[in-house]
Amino acid sequence: MRKKELKLIVTFHTTTDAMAMEKMCKEQNISGRLIPVPRAISAGCGLSWCADPKQSEIISTEMKRAGIKAQALQECMV
Amino acid sequence: MIYMDNAATTLHKPPQVAKAIVQALNSIGNAGRGATEASLGASRVIYDTREKLCRLFGGESPNRIVFTANSTESLNIAIKGILNPGDHVITTVLEHNSVLRPLYECRERGIELTILGCDGKGNISCENIESAVKENTRAIVCTHGSNLTGNMIDISAVGAIAEKHHVLFVVDASQTAGVFPVDVQKMKIDILCFTGHKSLRGPQGTGGMYVRTGVEVRPLLSGGSGVDTYNIHHPKEMPTALEAGTLNGHGIAGLNAALSYLEEIGMDSVRAQELSLMRMFYEGICGIPGVKVYGDFETRQRCPIVSFNIGDYDSSEVSDELFSVYGIATRPGAHCAPLMHKALGTKDQGAVRFSFSHYNTEEEVQTAIEAVRKLAED
Repeated sequence: MRKKELKLIVTFHTTTDAMAMEKMCKEQNISGRLIPVPRAISAGCGLSWCADPKQSEIISTEMKRAGIKAQALQECMV
Repeated sequence: MIYMDNAATTLHKPPQVAKAIVQALNSIGNAGRGATEASLGASRVIYDTREKLCRLFGGESPNRIVFTANSTESLNIAIKGILNPGDHVITTVLEHNSVLRPLYECRERGIELTILGCDGKGNISCENIESAVKENTRAIVCTHGSNLTGNMIDISAVGAIAEKHHVLFVVDASQTAGVFPVDVQKMKIDILCFTGHKSLRGPQGTGGMYVRTGVEVRPLLSGGSGVDTYNIHHPKEMPTALEAGTLNGHGIAGLNAALSYLEEIGMDSVRAQELSLMRMFYEGICGIPGVKVYGDFETRQRCPIVSFNIGDYDSSEVSDELFSVYGIATRPGAHCAPLMHKALGTKDQGAVRFSFSHYNTEEEVQTAIEAVRKLAED
């Protein structure tokens, strides 16, 4: 397994919200990708957006602007 | 074959629909079940289709678009999910059994049902709808267009009535989605039910509903959701709340291609062509001795449908003759619209229904007119 790094993880209530996030980030040139929700955050399946923690502020701002609802934004080792 | 049964399903789809389905069959996984490219491929095409449908119907967010198998499923979810014993609901005789049967079931559960009649031409009066609203009225459920006569209901006017009296407005857009503009916000529609395989020109097995933000619908199904697995209850967030189980990703990919085609060609152009063919056919047969056409052809806004009978001939016999001798596919019988046939006095005879697509041609319509003329002369 590769070495873990600290990442910003955004979780969502639905797959639809996760897909809206991926599309918005692509349009806004925000790097990151969808990954399965890490066990450290939730054991309940689903998709999460994994990004550099330095992008936390821009991600929060753009999500608010686009009306995308997150379940949570948190940092964890992924 | 000259296919003129487009109100049942559109046979001729844009070629990109089949291509998209095949491509999806060979590439996508299960949407929302992991983050592999296969699964994400399905999630992406499904999300993109939600966005297209949201744009088409003027919804406030793609989250409010739910995928189902067809209008029947959407209408069952809507009707059974918003009505409770003691509620009153209003509908019309124009409705398809996909509206009527769920409502009859509700009536057996203690829900009061008012079914409004129509005039001789098959039209519903908005005044009668407003007069029927009572203190316990929970919803008005009606079609945008009759699948038998093609007559339309002024859903903007009904929406205004629903809003004024604080009742939910559920619209069955099976015959109109993709041909007539529907703006759920402007028309004050709370739940819009549509199918993918008719005038949206997608594959069978695709359909959906728009549910306005704030409207709570009790789900018919619960089960796999791809999220929140250890919750003993199905998630309440939309659209997952009403989408238990694997979605028809392959079909939705086809519907996506159909919606792209519609955006490209333009709904106004499609409607103009279909109404022109319908009008040509109507004018060609309405003067033929023995032919009786049903519905209101004085209004400009009507679905591209012409239903009629020839004398006392059984509609099944006429339809069979049209197909076996002239190769013209039409639909006889009752069209799952029992109350509309009763209102027109055609319960026993049924009616022969021609319904047009913009893929039909004037030559085909001319052939159809001549076929009806010859049958009427026999």
